[in-house]
Amino acid sequence: METLLKILAEIRPDVDFEENKELVDSGELDSFDIVTLVGELCEEYDIEIGADDIVPENFNSAEAIMALVTRLQED
Amino acid sequence: MIRNVLEYLEQTTTRFPDKVAFATEKQSYTFAQLQQRAKQIGTALLRFGVKRAPIAVMTEKTPDMVAAFLGCVYSGNFYTPIDVTMPKERILSIFETLQPVVLLIDEKSQKQTDALGYTKERLLLEDIPQVIEQDALLQIRKTAIDTDPLYALFTSGSTGVPKGVVISHQAVVNLTEWYAETFSITEQEIIGNQAPFYFDSSVKDIYAVLKTGARMEIIPKQLFSFPVKLLPYLEEKQINYIDWVPSALCIIANTNALEKICPATLKKIMFVGEAMPTKQFNYWRKYYPDALFANIYGPTETTVDCTYYIIDREFADDEPLPIGHACRNTDIFLLKDNRLAEEGEAGEVCVRGRCLALGYYNNPQKTEEAFIQNPLNPYYPEKIYKTGDIAKYNAYGEIIFLARKDNQIKHMGHRIELGEIETAVQSIDLIENCACIYDTDSQKIVLFYSGAEATQAYILKKLRDKVPKYMFPNVMMQMETLPQTLNGKIDRLQLREYYVQENQ
Repeated sequence: METLLKILAEIRPDVDFEENKELVDSGELDSFDIVTLVGELCEEYDIEIGADDIVPENFNSAEAIMALVTRLQED
Repeated sequence: MIRNVLEYLEQTTTRFPDKVAFATEKQSYTFAQLQQRAKQIGTALLRFGVKRAPIAVMTEKTPDMVAAFLGCVYSGNFYTPIDVTMPKERILSIFETLQPVVLLIDEKSQKQTDALGYTKERLLLEDIPQVIEQDALLQIRKTAIDTDPLYALFTSGSTGVPKGVVISHQAVVNLTEWYAETFSITEQEIIGNQAPFYFDSSVKDIYAVLKTGARMEIIPKQLFSFPVKLLPYLEEKQINYIDWVPSALCIIANTNALEKICPATLKKIMFVGEAMPTKQFNYWRKYYPDALFANIYGPTETTVDCTYYIIDREFADDEPLPIGHACRNTDIFLLKDNRLAEEGEAGEVCVRGRCLALGYYNNPQKTEEAFIQNPLNPYYPEKIYKTGDIAKYNAYGEIIFLARKDNQIKHMGHRIELGEIETAVQSIDLIENCACIYDTDSQKIVLFYSGAEATQAYILKKLRDKVPKYMFPNVMMQMETLPQTLNGKIDRLQLREYYVQENQ
């Protein structure tokens, strides 16, 4: 989780990722952020994120992003 | 011959008064509603008593924003769309150059303009009365000519000050006539709009609708991050025509989303704004073997497009897609040391013709530097625009883009002067020195900086007030001092080598 929070803070240092649970729904993360984030996650965790997984639900909170990463690492 | 874009609106409103022209999930305008609303806004603007003056439009991207643009035109003035999410300093720098007569805002953007500390005239769209002074609007039209400005769009400037490219009615009419005919756009078309209205490729979408009676569906911005949500949306709205920035098409290709959902309605797929990688293009073509694909090229200074290529043969993944041939009433030539480049030789893309911008607003010096006398014609005054793009002809006689001459880049569809980022970073208190390069392969802006106490988070935090997010560096490398060339300039070549080594 620490690594993830570090990645997130690099992309958007102004967002409180520990508090905000509606990152996408509230418009806090836009398409630039998502594209950058997907790229960073794939690189850092050596995973592939397919179209089915790139949905708002998986990016609304740091926990949801972590859950996605964990699931893909196990696959 | 159309002289003023309002003639498009008026003629199409007569043909299809009740057909939907522009729509979002929350709002839609038929042509008759759009015309009425534009006239109301135009009437409200009459009280400022100015002509050919800039009006800034800073609202959400809605059908009402289009009405606001056209309202500015009805009042005899021209419009400048402003991105509400842009940092304060950049907006204020644009206002400084533009000195808009009035700022058109909506309830959503009111707060943001409050925060700007903007004290001059503002007009809330929701407050505009339903009054039309038909005679006064007609009088204004009588004195309008086709070289009057229609809009000014701001692009990145190397010294940190954005430049306002002023485009005339004539240039947009020329573009629209060519575009609608070449791509057979009719009232049947449903255009899926991606380009923000402060981005010049939206000009085609907007005026194609006004000319032909087609319909524009303004696609919600957040859908572009999520292909499996975006593609069903295209299908649901029956969108058959898209003209998008390649990054938007690449997200779909890179996630192999067409494998799952492949909207059957799509027939015409265009891309503009940056180079479309051939590998991702080939992915799209596999799913749409019968669709029309076109690669379109043009800087804002040449009214959106100056060359195009309808893709008519196979390309290997590592072969660049040509930018093709000149658009109508446009002449393209490649200059090398003030002579024409020979076949296969690289030269700077130069543009001549109706598409040329009138110049940069309130900036005669930059205008003179960019729009110059045609060096091949010493006989009478004739302006050309030197794009700064280096290209060559291939064996088919098509133009192939090679590189930029300067430090301008195309990143996520945005045109960026690396100098503008450097100026912004340099102004941060803990920074001693900095320079940027662009890694084209991984599409990353790389910042090198010196300043022992400047952390990356600190730099990003400070940048938020200065430049738009698409200008943020993707990689930041701290150095004790930046390498210099013999004549004391930052050695960018050495920086690039250092970056390559670090990434091996």
